[in-house]
Amino acid sequence: MKIVLQNLTKKFPSRNKKERGEVIAVNNFDFEIPDGKLVGLLGPSGCGKSTTLNLICGLQKPTAGKIFFGDDDVTNLPPENRGVGLVFQNYALYPHLTVQQNIRFPLENLKGADKLSKEDMLKRVYEAAKLVQIEELMERKPSELSGGQQQRVAIARALVKMPRVLLLDEPLSNLDARLRLQTREEIRRIQKETKITTIFVTHDQDEAMSISDMIVVMKDGVVQQIGKPQEVYDNPVNLFVAKFLGTPPINVFEGSVRENMLYIDSEAVLDVKGAPDGPVSVAIRPEGFILREDGPLHCSLGRLEVMGRDVSVVSSHPCCENTAIRSIINAENKVDLASETVGFALKPAKTFLFNRETGERVYFTSSESGRM
Amino acid sequence: MEKNNIKGWLYLIPAFLFLGVFMIYPLVDVFVYSFEEGYNSASQTFFGVGTYNYSYVLHDPYFLQAVKNTFILVIITVPLSTGLALLISVGLSSIKPLRELFQTIYFLPYVTNTLAVGLVFMILFKKTAYSDGLVNLLITAFGGKGVDFIDGPYWAKMFVLCFYTIWVVMPFKILILTSALASVNQVYYNAARVDGTSRFRIFRRITIPMISPMIFYLVITGFIGAFKAYSDAVALFGTDLNAAEMNTIVGYVYDMLYGDSGGYPSYASAAAIILFAIVLTITCINLLVSKKHVHY
Amino acid sequence: MGNQSDYEKIEKAAKIRRTAGNIVLYFLLTIWALIVLFPFYWMVLTSVKSYGSYNAEHIPTFFTLSPTLQNYVDAFTTVSLGRYLANTLIFTVITTAIMLVVITLAAFAFARLDFKGKDIAFTLFLSLMMIPNELVVITNFATITNLGLRNTFTGLILPSVTSVFYIYLLRENFAQIPDELYYAAKVDGTSDLRYLRRVMIPICKPTLITIVILKVIECWNSYVWPRLITDDPDYFLVSNGIQEIRENGFGRENIPAMMAAVVVISLPLIILFLIFRKKIMAGVARGGTKG
Repeated sequence: MKIVLQNLTKKFPSRNKKERGEVIAVNNFDFEIPDGKLVGLLGPSGCGKSTTLNLICGLQKPTAGKIFFGDDDVTNLPPENRGVGLVFQNYALYPHLTVQQNIRFPLENLKGADKLSKEDMLKRVYEAAKLVQIEELMERKPSELSGGQQQRVAIARALVKMPRVLLLDEPLSNLDARLRLQTREEIRRIQKETKITTIFVTHDQDEAMSISDMIVVMKDGVVQQIGKPQEVYDNPVNLFVAKFLGTPPINVFEGSVRENMLYIDSEAVLDVKGAPDGPVSVAIRPEGFILREDGPLHCSLGRLEVMGRDVSVVSSHPCCENTAIRSIINAENKVDLASETVGFALKPAKTFLFNRETGERVYFTSSESGRM
Repeated sequence: MEKNNIKGWLYLIPAFLFLGVFMIYPLVDVFVYSFEEGYNSASQTFFGVGTYNYSYVLHDPYFLQAVKNTFILVIITVPLSTGLALLISVGLSSIKPLRELFQTIYFLPYVTNTLAVGLVFMILFKKTAYSDGLVNLLITAFGGKGVDFIDGPYWAKMFVLCFYTIWVVMPFKILILTSALASVNQVYYNAARVDGTSRFRIFRRITIPMISPMIFYLVITGFIGAFKAYSDAVALFGTDLNAAEMNTIVGYVYDMLYGDSGGYPSYASAAAIILFAIVLTITCINLLVSKKHVHY
Repeated sequence: MGNQSDYEKIEKAAKIRRTAGNIVLYFLLTIWALIVLFPFYWMVLTSVKSYGSYNAEHIPTFFTLSPTLQNYVDAFTTVSLGRYLANTLIFTVITTAIMLVVITLAAFAFARLDFKGKDIAFTLFLSLMMIPNELVVITNFATITNLGLRNTFTGLILPSVTSVFYIYLLRENFAQIPDELYYAAKVDGTSDLRYLRRVMIPICKPTLITIVILKVIECWNSYVWPRLITDDPDYFLVSNGIQEIRENGFGRENIPAMMAAVVVISLPLIILFLIFRKKIMAGVARGGTKG
C-alpha cells in the first residue's frame, strides 16, 4: 500500500499557558511512501515524527492536508477503519492477558463479514507468532517476558490483523545495545517476508540508516530530506542533515570561498569550481581526510584511537566547531605522534559546503578526485 | 545503628498506653463479657459462665430483624453503589469540559454530617398530615400512589435507607475509581483503538481488568462498611430503630448497651462478636474470590 | 478496499455516534449531580422559608419569594446550637492535636529508632488495624463510665486520640526519608527530637495534612461514641445535637428551623472542602475510608 501525505499540517495549542499561540508539530508534509518499503522517520526528539505517526494511524487528526492509503483518502477516518498496525514505544501489551490473548485481541474486534471463527483466529495468531518466533511463549504474561520478547509480541499483535500499513514508534529504544542490533535485523526480516509498507520512527540515525529502504529526515516539524540512506548520507541538502547523519559525526569548519578556492584559516584546502565567493561552513566526513604530510589542512595532533582495521586520528583546529576533529584513516598509514601537527588533504566527494547563514548546500565541482 | 531500647519504647509509650486501655484490653474484655451470664452492670456481678448470651441474642426477634435488615442493606447497596460509581467514574474520565466541576459536586456528600443531611432526606421522603413530601409529589405526578417512606411499609423504609446509604458512600467510591482510571496508561487505550476495539469492549476487556484491584478493594471495604451501618438509619428513622423495624446489627449492639433498652453489655458483646464473625467470614470469602479474579 | 463514498459513510457514522454518546454521557452525569445537589438545595431553601409559609404548602414549592433568616435566629436561640458547635470545635481541635503528637512519636520510633521488640510491637500494631470499633466500644463505654468521665471532654476525647492506621501511614512516609539525613544530623549533634521536628515533620507535611483533614472530618461527624458518653446537652456534639433537635427541639414540626440548624452544621466542612478541595480529595484517595 502506497502512502501519500499531502500538505499535512498539525498544530497544537501552546502548552505554555502564559503564551497564547500554537506549536506547529508537523508543517506542510508532502511526500509519498512507495508500496512495500521500510521507511525510517528520523529526527531529534520533538521534531514531530511521533505526531506524524499518530496522524498516519489516525490517533490524531491533522489541522490541514490529506492522507491517502493507495487511492483512498483516509484523512478523517477513525483509526480502526484504516487497517493499520501500530507498535508502541513501550509495547502497550495488556498486562492481564497472556501473550496468546494479547495477539488475539485485535481479531476479536472484527465484526460482520470479517468475523473469524475460533479456529481461524487461533491459526492467524500462531502464524503471527511464528513469524516473530515466539511460539513457545504463548501462555506467558507480558511481565514474564524480556524486553526483546515483549517487542516481538507487540509486533505480532500489530501484524495479526494483516494491516495495510505497519507503524513502529521508536521500536528499539527500550532495548539494550545488543538486543537492539538483533531486533533491527528481525524487523527488517519480518518486513521483507510480509512486504507490508512499514514506517518506523527513531531518533537514532544508525538504526534508520541500517535497515531502511528510505529515510525521511525531519527537524522542527519540517521535512529536510527524503531518500535512500546512502544517498542522503552522500548528498545532504543542508548542514542539519549532514550533521545529523553519520558516526563519528561530521567535522564542521568555518571557511570561505575566494575565486573557486576554499580557504580554511588562510590555507587553501580545495578547489571548488562553481561555488560563489563568500563565507561558508565546510563539513568534512571523517572518512574524507587523506593523511599527507604536505596536505593543505594542518591540524594540531591530539591522539590516536585504534579501531582495528582503521585508525581514528583525533586532532583540533581553531576554525573547527567540533572540539575534536575525527578523521578515519587506514591503519596502515603511519602517524608520527611526536610531531605536533598533522597534515590532511580532502576528498571532494566527502566535503560539503553550506551557506553560513541558511545552512543550505553550496554545490561545486572539483578537479581533484581525491588523490590517494 | 546502636540499639536504643529505652528511648524507642519511650516514644511508643503514649500510643501504647491509649491502645492498651482502649483497644487491647477491651478486645479481651468483650469476649469475657460475652460469656458472663446474667451480668449486672450496677453490681458488676454475674451468675455463671456460658454461651447463654449468644443463644439469647440469636433468639431475640429484634436481633434477627437487625440481621435481616443489615443483610438486605449490604446485598443491595454494595453492588449497586460500586457499579454505579464505576459507570460514573468511567463517564467522568471520558469527558474534559466540566469534569472538575462534576468531581467536586460528586464529592460533597463525603464532607457532610450524615446525621444532618439524613434529616433532609427524611423530610424529602416523609408524608405527613400537612404535606406529602417532595418525593411523593413526584410519584403522584407520574401517576403513582404516594407512600410514607419514613413511617410506612417496610419496603419503602428499606428503599430510603438503601438510597441514602448509596448517596453517602458514592463519593469515596467515585474518587477511588476515578484515580484508578487515571492511572491506567493512555497507551493501552490507543492500542485498543488502533485495533478497532469498541468502547464497550475496551471497558470490559481492558479498563475493568486494569482497575480490578481497586474494584475489589472497594467491594471489600464496602461490605465491611455496610455491615456496620447505623448512623444512616438513625438519621432517617430516629434513635428508636427497633420500633421502626429498621435496626441494624450495630444499632442492636448500641441499644443493648445504652439507651432505653440498654444496660446489657453481655448481650451487646455477644452481638458484636457475632457481627465481627460475619464480617470476617465475608471478608475472607471476598479475598479468596479476588485472588482468583484480580489480575496481577 | 472500499471506495470513497464508503469511507465518507464510515466517517459520518463515527462522528454521529461520538456526538450522541457525549450527549447521553453529559445527561447522565448531570442527573447524578442533581441527585447529589438537590438535598443541599432543599435544605437551604427550606431553611429560608418562614414557619407559616412552609406549613401552608401542601405541595412544596421549589423556590421562595420571601426568604427569611428568622429560622437561623431560632436555631441559635431556641436550641443551643452555638453550644453544640463550640463543643464540636473543642473536641475536634483537642483530639486532632493530641493524636498528632501521639502518632508522630510512635511513627518516629517505628521508622527511625532501633530497639528490642520493635518488630513484634509493629506486627501487633498492624494486627490491631483489623479490629472494628464496634468490638471495643462496649468495654470503653464501661471504662469511661466507671472512671466517672461521662459528660466530660476527657471522656469524649480519650478513646479517639490514637489511630493505628494513621501511625502506619505516617511510618511508611517517615521510612522513605533516606538514612543519610539522620546520620548527617547525628554527626552535627542534633538530638532525635530536634531531628524529628526540623527534618522529618517538614518533609512529611503533606501526609500530616492528609491525616489532619481526615481526622477533622471524622471528628466533626462522629456520632456513636458521643451519643454513648454524653446525655447532658451541654456536652453534645453537632451530630447528637441535631438528633436532639429532631426529637425534642423546636417542637416536632418546625422543619424550617431544623433545616437552618442543618445548614449551620454542614457549612463549616463544606467551606473547608471548597477551600482545600484538591488536598482533601488527594488525601482521601490516598488513605481514607468513610467512618
